[in-house]
Amino acid sequence: MAESPFKENIERVAKEYSEKMTPGAIATIPGSSVINKTGSWRVFVPEFNRDKCTRCFLCYIYCPEPAIYLDEENYPVFDYDYCKGCGICANECPVDAIVMVRETK
Amino acid sequence: MPIRTVMKANEAAAWAAKLAKPKVIAAFPITPSTLVPEKISEFVANGELDAEFIKVESEHSAISACVGASAAGVRTFTATASQGLALMHEVLFIAAGMRLPIVVAVGNRSLSAPINIWNDWQDSISERDTGWLQFYAENNQEALDLILIAFKVAENEKVLLPAMVGFDAFILTHTVEPVEIPDQEVVDEFLGEYEPKHAYLDPERPITQGTLAFPAHYMEARYTVWEANENAKKVIDEVFEEFEKKFGRKYRKVEEYRTEDAEIVFVTMGSLAGTVKEYVDHLREQGIKAGAAKLTVYRPFPIEEVRELAKKAKVIALLEKNVTFSVGGALFQDFSRALINEKEKPIILDFILGLGGRDVTFQNLDEVLEISRKALNGEKVDEVNWIGLRKEIL
Repeated sequence: MAESPFKENIERVAKEYSEKMTPGAIATIPGSSVINKTGSWRVFVPEFNRDKCTRCFLCYIYCPEPAIYLDEENYPVFDYDYCKGCGICANECPVDAIVMVRETK
Repeated sequence: MPIRTVMKANEAAAWAAKLAKPKVIAAFPITPSTLVPEKISEFVANGELDAEFIKVESEHSAISACVGASAAGVRTFTATASQGLALMHEVLFIAAGMRLPIVVAVGNRSLSAPINIWNDWQDSISERDTGWLQFYAENNQEALDLILIAFKVAENEKVLLPAMVGFDAFILTHTVEPVEIPDQEVVDEFLGEYEPKHAYLDPERPITQGTLAFPAHYMEARYTVWEANENAKKVIDEVFEEFEKKFGRKYRKVEEYRTEDAEIVFVTMGSLAGTVKEYVDHLREQGIKAGAAKLTVYRPFPIEEVRELAKKAKVIALLEKNVTFSVGGALFQDFSRALINEKEKPIILDFILGLGGRDVTFQNLDEVLEISRKALNGEKVDEVNWIGLRKEIL
């Protein structure tokens, strides 16, 4: 799995955010939301079929999290740390390369 | 030149808002403070005040709009009373927790039930634990001045807390009194343009406001509100001093009147302070050693000043237009807290009177005096007394 491009930011935020209380408890460092790995809320998980994929990027564009990155060949990579299993990618995929399946059987 | 004119406290509050030049005013009409937003909307419509006047569907929305505007980085103002302030309750905590220096003018009115539109302090007293600063005006001039002062204190870097300024329903809101409207230039010098310190929107500085705090951070966030309230004590003194230099009118957190060698000191807030001063003059003519004190600032509670005051008196008679059930009044608790660990302390007596707009007369105050004198002579009296209560209809 591809490593999150925000990894460095996540670590910096995690450190700085826990150090100092700001007036009004403002979060002054962007990206603090990435500390929380929201993938644990998921029931369904996208299953990806590389052979069917036409690299149209619709899943990448529509992912609200965004938990989909593109690899060197522009194929989507799913970051399961943040994927909430909403199924929008599967719904948008015009060639059914993504299907939602129950994560635990 | 300052303009000397006559106006109601509501108008005075609107004028204070106009002089402070807020950028957003969001308000919903409620008796007795309706005239405040009415007058401000007139100023805005006439082009005399360059601000956004937001008409909202409730007080909850009014204060929410103010929170939004203040968080975006502009000076904001609203006015309300009674049930309206109660409807704001939830958001008042948010405003204080987010440290937004919003100023609210409160036409102090009783709370339902039964419905009553007249004066007591139950509305703003009930909000004493929200973290907001609280000022109480004795007359219309003070209503105007204290709103300007409230802005200055609230926006101070060490404070950054919202503030409410209370003025008694009808006794002040609808009574015409002489008021001096200060020059715009002098107010500008005093207040200056609002420069947001922490809460403002800027694409170059992405932030999240009103965040979720887990147990690891919540306590610290609340402590900063406590700390800001403590800081406000000193800042208020500094602002009072600066105000006196610029405008010539003197304010103190606890204003004392003829307390030298006084045995009984009557302590109160708001417009009742005027009546009590008259009463003290009346008593002094008869050779009775009485004094009066007025709390101009109720939150942060001026503990040090109260201790100083307590040293001068043998009996402190608290005259309160609010009830804290099974305890007495809110001032009674606050005074008890201030004096409980003092080595020498006066007898503290609590008098609940004038609820729901009932007149407080000299006859009522005679009753207070009588009970206070009994206590002074070592007789046993009730700590909490309802004055002017019509027991015959109970």
